[in-house]
Amino acid sequence: MTTAAAPPTRRASYAARAERRRLVTGLLFISPWIVGSLVFTLGPVLVSLYLSFCDYRVLTPPHWLGGENYRQLLADEYFWRSLGNTAFMFIELPLGIVIGIALAMLLNASVRGQPGFRTLFYLPSVVPVVASAMLWLWIFNPDPKIGLLNGLLGMLSTAMEGLDALLHGLLPVLPASLHLHLPPEIPWLVSATTAKPSIMLMDLWGVGGGMIIYLAALQGVPQHLYEAADIDGASSWQKTWHITLPSISPVIFFMVVTGMLGVFQYFTSAYIMTSGGPEHSTLFYALYLFQNAFQYFKMGYACAMAWILFLISLVLTLVVFRSSARWVYYEEER
Amino acid sequence: MKRGLAIKRGFTYLALVALAVVFAFPFVWMLSTSLKYDWQIFPREGQPFSLNLFRWPMRWGNYPRALETFPFLNYLYNTLYICLFNVIGTVASSSLVAYGFSRVRWRGRNAIFILVLATMMIPYQVTLLPVFILFRNLGWIGSYKPLIVPAFFGSAFFIFMLRQFFMTLPGELSDAARIDGCSELGILLRIVTPLAKPALATVALFTFMGSWLDFMGPLVYLNDERLYTLALGLHAFLGRHGADWSGLMAAGTVVVAPIIIIFFFTQRTFIKGIALTGMKG
Repeated sequence: MTTAAAPPTRRASYAARAERRRLVTGLLFISPWIVGSLVFTLGPVLVSLYLSFCDYRVLTPPHWLGGENYRQLLADEYFWRSLGNTAFMFIELPLGIVIGIALAMLLNASVRGQPGFRTLFYLPSVVPVVASAMLWLWIFNPDPKIGLLNGLLGMLSTAMEGLDALLHGLLPVLPASLHLHLPPEIPWLVSATTAKPSIMLMDLWGVGGGMIIYLAALQGVPQHLYEAADIDGASSWQKTWHITLPSISPVIFFMVVTGMLGVFQYFTSAYIMTSGGPEHSTLFYALYLFQNAFQYFKMGYACAMAWILFLISLVLTLVVFRSSARWVYYEEER
Repeated sequence: MKRGLAIKRGFTYLALVALAVVFAFPFVWMLSTSLKYDWQIFPREGQPFSLNLFRWPMRWGNYPRALETFPFLNYLYNTLYICLFNVIGTVASSSLVAYGFSRVRWRGRNAIFILVLATMMIPYQVTLLPVFILFRNLGWIGSYKPLIVPAFFGSAFFIFMLRQFFMTLPGELSDAARIDGCSELGILLRIVTPLAKPALATVALFTFMGSWLDFMGPLVYLNDERLYTLALGLHAFLGRHGADWSGLMAAGTVVVAPIIIIFFFTQRTFIKGIALTGMKG
């Protein structure tokens, strides 16, 4: 357009043509993404928003309901319970981050055999969830004669009793009410109180996925910072707190964001191991959504759930992004 | 000072070895159970829990028995088939798109790129149902198409990763090629691709792992047991023979072993790739 307004010098029209050609080339290159996002992302997002206001059971055409789905959701006991169960799983996020960083720091201490340890810690996170869920179902078997964890716990508990008797024998001054004690068995996945912590335990087995990312970050921390701190006589705790953690904070930030979205999409292991039980204690948000969509065929209802999930994750992400200015340090700013 | 360092080092090793045992034990337990007879798994009345991992006689027969009800080779073929097309589709389309976002200068490029990043924030549950309905209307349910076709339209995450990588490559090479009359596609294929091999290998590997591990996709779209992937087949096996623990563990071992082997051989690419993806902040 600018070329039409001003008298076109040869150079200007050449530049405009070159720019138009570059635009066409660029658009051609990204055309797979344009088509794909229209068909598989942006289009579906709009359709899903529309369906969330409809009654839609796949076999009959959607029927407009207005806000009825949302109203029903707010009154749905299981919706709230699934939200609560999912919120509970947020405990896993800081646990995973702390353990992941701790493992990475252990490995980063230039130990011999580092690649071997690294591989071993990382492996559980590349096992298909079906396989690890099946394996842990077996490990969590509540029968103390069969299940690995309860078997070990039984042995430890017996040993603890022996130790307790020994201590009380040696030191009669110990008050009789003071006892070393371990429960001989834990119901793990079978009880509503222990099911979620059990799933967390299983997930922490896969903490190596995060560990390897922290390890890569640790190896990128500039060595001269530590040397300077050494000259100033900083303790290793101070070095961790003032150099290591700030340096890897962008990675921690990335892990917090992806981890948060991950918690909300928690599905497979609960679907396989407990199908939401016992007493709906592992009915997570994404699982309840899946059940509504593919077991009860309440597609409109499920879409409303998906949109609420979308809004919650947006808000959470915004909050974390807002907070990041305070605790995430980028190289360029230093 | 030196003594303190040695003690510290000793504790590090002690902690690492203890953790290694903890991390490895579930795998060992799986292997152990897969080689046991039922009478070795379930102690008789009055007998306590036994931590004996490998007991004579070993029941190798668990494996052929498991593979009879769990057609491993068939499922492996299906899984590899899906993985292969996902890798081809994702690498090809994502590098095309990433090239358009990094090596060609055009107006509005950065604004649209932000849109790419924004799509990563959308939880898959939001698009899952409309996309399912779309594929259902196309009559694709029960085929591999829903699991393969979307890969050919680029994946936001890998577009982002490759773009970051392409940006670091020197521009002079493509300028020189342009002067020689090389087309943009030619530059991508002949100049950028050879330089970006490590990044492309990472994309290939991650895509492979992603579709190898995928459970939800096959669960939603496949209904014919002959088309099942390893993950889905294992799930069906668990549903049908939930009490046959030695058989289940044998099937589990067979599914997990190839991953361990692949991982051992690709470790370096993996770690490098993670360094590439993780450092974006």
